[in-house]
Amino acid sequence: MAMEQTIYRELKATPGVWQIAALLLAFLAAAGGAWFYMEHHGHAVTGMTNQIVWGLPHVFAIFLIVAASGALNVASIGSVFGEKAYKPMGRFSSLLAITLLVGGLAIVVLDLGRADRLIVAMTTYNFSSVFAWNVLLYNGFVAVVAVYLVTQMMRALDYKWVRFAGFVAFLWRLALTTGTGSIFGWLVARPGYDAAIMAPMFIIMSFSFGLAIFILVTLTLLKLNDRIFGEELLKRLGRLLGVFASAVLYFALVFHLTNLYATEHGGYERFILMDGGIYTMLFWGVQVMLGGLIPIALVFLNPSRSSTILASILVVIGGFAQVYVIVIGGQAYPLEIFPGYEVIEGFHEGVVSPYTPSIWELMLGLGGVALALFAAGVGAKVLRVLPTNLSDGNLAAKG
Amino acid sequence: MTNRAEMTRRDILKSGAAASTLTLAPGVTLMAFGGTAEASSRADAGKRWGLLIDASKCAADCNDCVTACKVENGWGSQTELEQIDPEQAPEWIRKVTLRDTSTGREVSAPVMCQHCEAPPCVDVCPTGASMKREDGIVLVDKHICIGCRYCMMACPFKARSFVHAEITDQNVQAPRGKGTVESCNLCAPRIDSGRIPACVEACEKAGHSAILFGDLKDPDSAISKALNDYDSVALRADLELDPGVRYTNL
Repeated sequence: MAMEQTIYRELKATPGVWQIAALLLAFLAAAGGAWFYMEHHGHAVTGMTNQIVWGLPHVFAIFLIVAASGALNVASIGSVFGEKAYKPMGRFSSLLAITLLVGGLAIVVLDLGRADRLIVAMTTYNFSSVFAWNVLLYNGFVAVVAVYLVTQMMRALDYKWVRFAGFVAFLWRLALTTGTGSIFGWLVARPGYDAAIMAPMFIIMSFSFGLAIFILVTLTLLKLNDRIFGEELLKRLGRLLGVFASAVLYFALVFHLTNLYATEHGGYERFILMDGGIYTMLFWGVQVMLGGLIPIALVFLNPSRSSTILASILVVIGGFAQVYVIVIGGQAYPLEIFPGYEVIEGFHEGVVSPYTPSIWELMLGLGGVALALFAAGVGAKVLRVLPTNLSDGNLAAKG
Repeated sequence: MTNRAEMTRRDILKSGAAASTLTLAPGVTLMAFGGTAEASSRADAGKRWGLLIDASKCAADCNDCVTACKVENGWGSQTELEQIDPEQAPEWIRKVTLRDTSTGREVSAPVMCQHCEAPPCVDVCPTGASMKREDGIVLVDKHICIGCRYCMMACPFKARSFVHAEITDQNVQAPRGKGTVESCNLCAPRIDSGRIPACVEACEKAGHSAILFGDLKDPDSAISKALNDYDSVALRADLELDPGVRYTNL
C-alpha cells in the first residue's frame, strides 16, 4: 500500500500568522507589566492570602504543566506504540510539549515571592521536597523531549533510536505528571488533597487536556498556512479524546467516592459536591457537564470535524475548572485543627476562605498561555516540525 | 594571609553565610537569627525546646502573649495592619476560643508554630529554607526562602504567614522580608541568649502562667515533669508529627 511521504516545512509568515503573533505578544507584554506590578507591590495586590496561598496563577501553571506531558502523547502513540497515522504529528507534538511546560513554569517562577532568587531554587535542593524533585523532572523533561525531537528530525537515523528516545520520553512524562499530582496528593494537612489517587488522576487529566490543546493548536497552525488536516484523522483524534475524557470522569468519580466512604472527608465532599457555591458550580456545571459529558457525547454520537473541535475546546474549559476546583477548592475548605470543638473566636478558623482573583493574576496566567503558544509558533516557524499535509492518506495506508 | 588548610569548617560556613548575605542584600546588614551557620551552631542537639499550654489557665479576654510576640518580632503593628487586608496580615500566634461540641465547655488557648519533630513544612520546602534546628526549633531561613508558599500549603496548623507587602519601621533584632514566609521561631534569639520566649514571659507577667517553656529532653525540667503528671494533647495528633507544643486541659 502506498503511503504518502510526509514532508515537513516551516510555517510560512502569512498575514494571519503575524496577526496572531502580535496578539500573543500583546498578552506577553501585559503579563510582563502585571508581573512587574506584583513584584513591586508584593502579593498584597493579588487576591491571594494567607489562607488561599496559591491562586489563579497556579491554576494556569498546573493546567499548562499537566497539558504539556499530555501533548507529548501524540508523538508517543506514533513512535512508541507504532501507530503510523500519528507519526507525522510527532515532531510538533514534542515541540508543543516543551513550550507548554515552559509557559507553565514561567508562571510559577514569576509568582514566587522572591522570583529573583530562582538561582537558589536551582542550586539548593532539599531532596525530601516533591517540589525539588519536580524542578529536576521539569528540566529533565525539556532535555529528554528535545533529544526525542532531534531524533525524529534526523531522517538518516535508524528508527530504533527514535523509538528508544520516545520510550524514555514517555516514561519521563509519566514521572513528571506523577510528581505534579503528588504536590497535592502528599499533603496530609488538607482534607481536599491527601489522596494517593491524585498522581494517576493527574496523569489521565494530562492525556485529555494535552490532546485537546494539541488538536486545537495544530489545527490553527495548519489552517493559517492552508494545509490539510484530514477529516478522518480529526475524528479519530476526537474519539481518542472522548476515551480520555471518560477516563478523567471515571477517576474523578473514584476520587470522590473514596472520600465519601471515609467519614472524616465527608465535610469536604459536601462542600465540593453540594454547598460549596462557586466550587460546586464549577464541579458539576463546568468540569462534569461542559468539560466531560458533552464532549464525550459529541465525539461518539455525532463524530465530525466540528464535533472534535468543539469537544477539544470544551475539554480545555472543563479541565481548567477541574484544576481550579482541586487547587483553590482544596484551600478554601477549612483545616480541621480542633476536632470535636466549635471555634467561637479565632483567625479564620473553621470557615470557608474567600478568594477573588485579581486582574494581575489573570494577566500573568494568560501570559503563560501566550508564551507557550508563541514559542510553539516560533518553533514551527523556524523548524521543520509541521507536515505540509495531514490528509487522510496515512489512515488509508493503515487500512 | 589565611592558610586555607587551617581554616576550620566553622570559618568556611561563616564566610559562606557572609557572602550570601552580601549577594542577596547589598547594602543591607541582615541579622538572620537562628538561620545562619553561626546561630545554628548555638543550637544544642542535646535539647528539644517545647511549650506546654494549660488551657484552663488561659483567659479568654487576655491577648498579652500575642501582643508580646508582635513587639518582640516586629509584626502586626498598627501601621502594618492599616495597610493590609486582614486575610493577608501576618499571624505568628493567635488566640482561639473553643467550645466542646458535646459538653459545651469553653476554653481559650494560643496557637503558634507547633515545632513538630517531623515538620511537613521542612519536608516540602524545595530549598531547605524551612528548617529545624538541632534543638527542635522550626523556622524559616529568610535568606534562601524563594516565597513559593508550599510550606503554608503543608502546615496543618495555619501557623505560617507570607509577607504580602513592603515592611516599614522594621524591628532591628527581627528583620522580615517582603515575599518570604515567616512564623513563630520560639524566640530563638532570646533562647540563644538564655532567655525565655516573649509569649511565655508575657503570660507570666499577666499572672496566668498558662505557658510553660522548657527542654523536653531533660527529664528533670518542669515541662517534662508536668507532661508526666498530667494528660496532655497534641493538635492533630492523628498526623503523628510529634509537635513540641502540647496542650493540657483542652
